[in-house]
Order: sequence, then structure tokens, then C-alpha cells
Amino acid sequence: MMMLQDHLIILPILLPLATGAFLLFVDDRHRPLKAGISFASTLALLVVAALLVHRAGLVGPVDGELTATYPLGNWPVPFGIVLVGDRLAALMVLLTAVLGMCTLVFAIARWHAVAPSFHSLLHFLLMGLCGAFLTGDLFNLFVFFEVLLAASYGLLLHGSGSARARAGLHYIAVNLATSSLFLIGAALIYGTTGTLNMADIAAKITNVPEADRGLLEAGAAILGVAFLTKSAMWPLGFWLTGAYAAASAPVAAVFAIMTKVGVYALLRLSLLFFGDAAGVSAGFGQLVLLYGGMGTIAYGAVSALAAQTTARLSGSLVLVSSGTLLAAIGLGNEGVVGGALFYLISSTLAISAMFLLVELVERVRMEGADILAVTMEAYGDDEEDEAVQEIGTVIPGAMAVLGISFAVCALVLSGLPPLSGFLAKFAMISPMLNPEGLATQNVVSPQAWWLASLLIISGFAALVALVRTGINTFWATLEEAPADVQVIEIVPVVTLLALCIVMAVMAGPILGYMDAAAQALYTPAGYINDVLGAPLAGSVAAP
Amino acid sequence: MELILAIGIGVLTTCGVWLLLRPRTFQVIVGLSLLSYAVNLFIFGMGRLRINAAPVVNGGTVDPLSYTDPVPQALVLTAIVIGFAMTALFLVVMLAVRGFTGTDHVDGKER
Repeated sequence: MMMLQDHLIILPILLPLATGAFLLFVDDRHRPLKAGISFASTLALLVVAALLVHRAGLVGPVDGELTATYPLGNWPVPFGIVLVGDRLAALMVLLTAVLGMCTLVFAIARWHAVAPSFHSLLHFLLMGLCGAFLTGDLFNLFVFFEVLLAASYGLLLHGSGSARARAGLHYIAVNLATSSLFLIGAALIYGTTGTLNMADIAAKITNVPEADRGLLEAGAAILGVAFLTKSAMWPLGFWLTGAYAAASAPVAAVFAIMTKVGVYALLRLSLLFFGDAAGVSAGFGQLVLLYGGMGTIAYGAVSALAAQTTARLSGSLVLVSSGTLLAAIGLGNEGVVGGALFYLISSTLAISAMFLLVELVERVRMEGADILAVTMEAYGDDEEDEAVQEIGTVIPGAMAVLGISFAVCALVLSGLPPLSGFLAKFAMISPMLNPEGLATQNVVSPQAWWLASLLIISGFAALVALVRTGINTFWATLEEAPADVQVIEIVPVVTLLALCIVMAVMAGPILGYMDAAAQALYTPAGYINDVLGAPLAGSVAAP
Repeated sequence: MELILAIGIGVLTTCGVWLLLRPRTFQVIVGLSLLSYAVNLFIFGMGRLRINAAPVVNGGTVDPLSYTDPVPQALVLTAIVIGFAMTALFLVVMLAVRGFTGTDHVDGKER
């Protein structure tokens, strides 16, 4: 079993690749077989990801080797591509696998029958996501970004239709232009540092001659713009709500993690390249992240309040989540980043559940429930007449489960106690207001005050918007028998929300893991040493 | 040679960005293609321009000064392949939108 242990880190890439490629050759007449293979592969991915997290969590932040490395093709490290499985990467792979699993189960109920290539595309998307999280090479990151984007183009169009095709066109155009920026940024960084390995770049960034520093920072800024567009920072994120609202429910649910890829790349690269050790360039671009993130939170909150459909509301909540993470990274405090990682997981799970719920709810509820009250009055809605008629309608079982799930979703997304959303916000705001630790006298920066208040206000806005939708949906009188909601469609939603509850119950160990991950991010020397000193397979360790 | 390359990249980028902002899908796709050509040349330029120098190193101890940097050339090759595939995919979506909406406006409707 030693063999498998050593190759564990490449499995999250190989497994979806092999499954996706194989499923292309299985005819759609054998749909149950396809779904079975797809399910088994995703289950295996889940197990592998859990093992990775377990292994990454085992090594302490002080003793010996921090990160698992895997030089592809056994090339020595700065020259070949290396996969790196540290705490953060393993955690993101696990999140990807969980979302992939829930999406898959939900899609098996009906969506996967719409077009023959759904399973393949989903697996290619998972491959791209896992690869982007695990790779330690800048250009390889680009390649995995393209893999996941290509799969996402196909998935966004899944189900076809005019609205999807139009949203898909915008989405693809934006992402192709962004990919050009990515390449320009990566090329500039290569041109100034002479390497593409992330750890090697970080090690060489202090040696960049003064004349080239402007070029290097321009490259980093262009690369940053590419990532910020993918993570939908205001004003680069206008593509998001339209695309997510047009996507079919399971696709939107797995897209919930796509903006987090940009956030992940920013978090990793900004701390690696421009951490405290970077000399003159230390902290480059941090203020942009902070203010951009705050702008995104504000825009997302307003857009949530103004949303006319539940799908757009969910899209706005993705923006809020993205903005919160970017601003938390921009604040540049280790504790805040630890809380932000907790928030990342919690909000992604909840938003994913929300996207699935939206579809189920829309099958059941009456027309116009998601339209703003003002708009409804403008169109002459007479509430008084309806209210009297249907007293005594039994709330059907499906409706009750959906309602409870929606309430849990709202609690997590708006950050109310006792669920994980509250803990996440608490874990971010507490170190914001006590940047030096609880024991010492703290000077709180005005930015921290602004960010803390924005976080709370955005939570309130999300609460108002969600409660409005909930009241209009679940307390409305039902005109006809509710549409059938299958058990395997409810299960993923309940699972995602149950994970949020588990996160609240097990907050101690999970936050410990996140804090250790944040600490590792803020001490990039460990990462750099581990990656550059990655042992090759078959080489005998020096005695 | 540096000047010619710089002007070439500049002109391609300018045209690409201009076309990208136009309202017709065909103009957008040509703009994206021009942009990707500019980017490919740019990556190539980042490996420093050398004339009469091979990118493939013979074995043994060699003087790196007599060889050109092979990495950007490999990157350009990858970028070309990916860019080509993405353009083809965009073309398919463009045709689908044309079929659905009956217009080649990027928003799917004439204003």
C-alpha cells in the first residue's frame, strides 16, 4: 500500500480524467450504467480527497516536512511540473469532491438525461478544479484553468435553450479575454524571474533587479486582474449573475466553487510572491483586494436586495461571498484569513445547496412569488381575495423539507447563530478587531471597522432578501398539488446543509485546521523549502 | 527586430480589443483571435529575441549563451493549441446563438 500512498496526490486529477474519457464511449442507451460509473468514480474521489486532508492535517506546522509534493515524470523540481498537496489545497480538493458528489446525485434524478455528455463534462470540470488546486506551477495552473473553463462552457449550455446560449456566449467571451490576461501576466513573470514554478518564483523574487521590478509588478497585476475577473470582484464581476442564473440547477451548484478557484489562486500567489519576505514588493496589491472586496460586498448586498428572481438572488450571494473572501485576504491578518477559509467552505456549501433548492422550489411555488412586492403591486396583485380561500391546505411533506432546508440555508448565508455562517463571520471579525491577539491592547485600523460593519450589513441584506423570498414562497397559498420532488433530489440539499451543521458542531477542530492552513500560508518559507527540496522517486536519501 | 515585434503586438492588440468591444459576434471572435495572436507573440518575446540560436540543447556541458530559451516556445505551442480549441468552441456557441435568436448581435437582440 506504500505505492498508493505515494501516488495519492495525483489521483484527484487522474480519476476524473479517466472516468470522463471513458464515459464518452459509453452509449447513452446505457444511462444507468453511466450514472453508476460516474457515481463510483466520484465516491472514490471523495475518499481520496478525505485521505489527502487527513494526511495534510497530520503533519504539524513545526515538525519536518509540511507539504506533500509529487514531481510529475520525476523531473527535478524547478524544471518539471510539481503537484503540491498542503492543507489549503487538500481542503479545496475535498470541497470540490463534495460539491461534485451532490451535483451528480441531484443530476441523476433528471438533468443528466437532457444531453449525453453531462457526466463526462462534470468529470472534466472536477479534474480541472482539482488540478488547479494541486498544481505548483504557474503555467500548469493556466492549463488546468482552461480545462475547467472548457468543461464549464459545455456545462453552462447543458439543457440548451436561447437564454443559456446567450449567457454562455457572454461567459465564454469574458473568460477567453481573461485567459489572454492570464498568459500575459504569466509571461511577464517568467520574463523577469526566469521560472514558472511558484515556489521558485517566490524564492527568486527578491533577486529581481531593480530595473525589472516594474515589469514584474505589472505582470503580477495583470495576473491579478485575471484572477479577480474569475472571482467576480466588482467591477469585473458583472458576468456572474447572468451566467449563474441561466445555468441549470446542478451546474450552478457546482459552479459555486468556480469563483473560489480565483480566490484560491489569489490567496496562494499573493502570500507566496508578496509576503513579508518579498522585500520591496511586500504587500503588493493588498489594498486593491481590500477595497475591491469591500466594493464587491456592497454591490452584492444591493444586488441581492434588488434581485427579481431567486436564481439571481443566489448569484448575488455568490458575489457577497467572493467579496468577503477578497477583502479578508486584503486585510492581511493571519487570524482573519483562518476565519475566511472557514467562511469559504461554509458559504460555498450553503450557496450550492441554495442553487439546488431554487430549482426544487420553483417547481412547487406559485407564479410571481419571487417578484418584488413593489413590482407585484404595480401589476395589480390583489392579495386580499386569495387569502380567505384555501384555509386548511395541508402542507405537503416535500414542502416542509424544502422549507426547513431554505431556512437553514438562510441562516448560514446571512450569518445568524447558531450555524456555521455565524461562526465563520465571528472567526473573521474577532481577529479583525483584535489584530494582535486578545491579550494585548489593540489598535483597530479604520479599514477593519469598515469591513466588519460591511460584513454585518451584507448579512442583514442577505437575510432581508432571503426572508422575503421565503415568505412569498412557503407561506403562499398553493393553488395546485405540489410537483413531485424525488428523494435523491432532496438528499444532496440536505447533505450540503448537514455539512454546514457539522461544521458548526465540530467548529473547534475544523477552525484549528483552517488556522494551521492560514499560518502555513503566512510562512511561505516552509512551502518554498518543501517544494524546492522535493525528493524524486527512486533517489536514495543522503545518509 | 524588437521594434517590429513590439509594433506587431501593439497593432494586433489594438485591433483585437477594438473588435472585442463591437456588437457583432463575428467581430468578437475575430477580435479574440487577434488578441490571442498578440499574446502568443508576447510570450515569445518574453524569452528574449535571438537570431540563429537553437532551442534544443545538445548533451554535455554547453554554453547557454549560444542557445535560445526553449520554455517560452513550449508555452506558445500550448497556448496556440488551447486558444485554437477555445475559438472553435466559441464559434459553435456563436452559431447556436445565431440559430436561437436569429440575429448576430451579442445580446441576442437588436437594440
